[in-house]
Amino acid sequence: MLKVSFFVTVFSGLVAMPALAGGSGCSDTSLLATAARTLVASNAASEIKVPAGFVAGIAADGLGNARHIAAATDGILFVKLERLKNGKGIFRLEDANKDGVYENITGFGNYGGTGIAIKNGYLYASSNEAVYRYRLNEKSEVLNPEAPDLVVTGLLDKRQHESKSIALDNAGNLYVNIGAPSNACQLVDRTKGSPGQDPCPILETAGGIWRFKADGKSQSYADGTRYATGLRNVVGLDWNNEVNELFVMQHGRDQLSQLYPEMFDAQQNAETPAEEMFMVKEGADCGWPFCYYDLQQKKKLLGPEYGGDGKKVERCAGKEQPIMAFPAHMAPNALLFYTGNQFPAKYRNGAFIAFHGSWNRAPLKQEGYYVVFVPFQNGKPTGNWEVFADGFAGVEEVKSPRDAKHRPCGLAQGADGSLYVTDDVKGTVYRITYKG
Amino acid sequence: MKRTNIFLLAGCMILAGTIFSSFEDAPTQQKKPARKASTQKAVSAEVMKRGKKVYESYCLACHQADGTGVPNMNPPLAKTDWVTGNKKRLINVVLKGLDEEIEIQGEYFSNPMPAHAHLKDQEIADVLSFVRNSFGNKAGQVSLAEVKAERNRMK
Ligand code: HEC
Repeated sequence: MLKVSFFVTVFSGLVAMPALAGGSGCSDTSLLATAARTLVASNAASEIKVPAGFVAGIAADGLGNARHIAAATDGILFVKLERLKNGKGIFRLEDANKDGVYENITGFGNYGGTGIAIKNGYLYASSNEAVYRYRLNEKSEVLNPEAPDLVVTGLLDKRQHESKSIALDNAGNLYVNIGAPSNACQLVDRTKGSPGQDPCPILETAGGIWRFKADGKSQSYADGTRYATGLRNVVGLDWNNEVNELFVMQHGRDQLSQLYPEMFDAQQNAETPAEEMFMVKEGADCGWPFCYYDLQQKKKLLGPEYGGDGKKVERCAGKEQPIMAFPAHMAPNALLFYTGNQFPAKYRNGAFIAFHGSWNRAPLKQEGYYVVFVPFQNGKPTGNWEVFADGFAGVEEVKSPRDAKHRPCGLAQGADGSLYVTDDVKGTVYRITYKG
Repeated sequence: MKRTNIFLLAGCMILAGTIFSSFEDAPTQQKKPARKASTQKAVSAEVMKRGKKVYESYCLACHQADGTGVPNMNPPLAKTDWVTGNKKRLINVVLKGLDEEIEIQGEYFSNPMPAHAHLKDQEIADVLSFVRNSFGNKAGQVSLAEVKAERNRMK
């Protein structure tokens, strides 16, 4: 299925420049770095607000729908694209002169998707229905860009909540989110008056996290385990090495006021339900589609499709409770536990979360579009969340999501402890460092 | 090695000052221009007002107040051929919903559009006349008879 001819550059103008195609008189590769630095100087790096002592710069730009990002131990970065750019679905970024600007960018992989991760010398990347892996050499070069191993295949992709985010543990397992192609498992999705299905048949093949062998071949549902269920859609997830557990961020349901205007007004819709963070152990049931978390009442409540009235709890008392809840609809698209030494001690083992930004708060103004930090110790939050990096949207107020010039989507911790943030609007990769 | 050559080329391009224009993919232009407004009766303020109300209750959440939609999720209604083009196709999107890959201005959308058959024919005519004449669109009114005709076809 995979056919990648060879590494190509990301610059789309290449074929349109026949005069330069010979390459004569242009043999200094450092020119590229110089130009890239000019790009940084003229770009929006300074628009990103970070706490005192931190600096946010632009590592790369114009990469397309840059979703998740993975950092190798030698400083090489890999970025997964939702849609192909110049025929490529993964970009490898190298900063040869270590100035923070990634001037060597090459591409491979002929599938779009979101997930990307590095473990034990392998690069894992996901399409919306499969997971592939590539062998890396000691320079983090991809040895088999045209012929990756097919690790997982045949996962449900019905367009909605289609991204397959991935995480790996230290025991040879691969965790894959399979989002529910549905808002609340109504018989007819997102349609006023359509009843909720109980039991929800979607949960058999989606709406949860599946576990597979990291070195398996062509595994599908029958070869994997449904590790956790009742998760509508998870885009951000990470393995916490301090406590050896999986942590996930759920995108909560939409449209309470559009589907149940007699129960919820626009304000309540904009504030409910919370986006939830869970520590999920094997067998966890986080409640979707029957339950949602009300941030104001601090409770898991029964959804209106299942007889809920904005107060009833009933079966939701027995579901997994979030370890932290965030404002509604902000769309947590990446989770990263920080284990580096570059940032001050408070950040160690804490969680960074990239919020893509809301759409379902309309007609109220949108929220999110920032990266937050939650301090952690032994797998438990030790304080409330705080905005860590803001200003990605580049406008005072996001009225509708298209106003946002950039939207945070992926996070990675670089080999030197820097934090990388991807943006899937313009394909900007930000690098946040601590200077003291 | 092939890669080295390509870095050189890329460097040349930047030298040539083309970096900004070549980095961004230009959005695909709409093929067909909007129908000429002059051949059409102007939509009355009354219809626009009623249509706006329907839009705010049933469409705004997904397509947003300014009709720009949500990138990669819900498509824009501003200057799309779906909106300003064939009225039958447009009426059927609202009556039956839409859940297939469509491309608008180089973008694709992952959400499904739910059917809105529960709306009254008049409400559908009003809201479609409204979207065809909002967000920079200029196209003819959708009549009650046109909606009725498509509704009957569904039976
Ligand atoms: C739940 C979200 C949602 C609601 C509510 C909704 N739409 Fe849509 N709409 C979509 C999505 C998603 C698509 C694209 C579906 C696809 O790609 O198959 C779409 C497609 C369309 C299209 C065709 C493509 C385009 O953008 O021109 C039109 C026209 C449209 N919707 C109009 C409306 C109108 C009018 C209403 C209110 C009566 C409405 N929609 C309500 C989500 C929604």
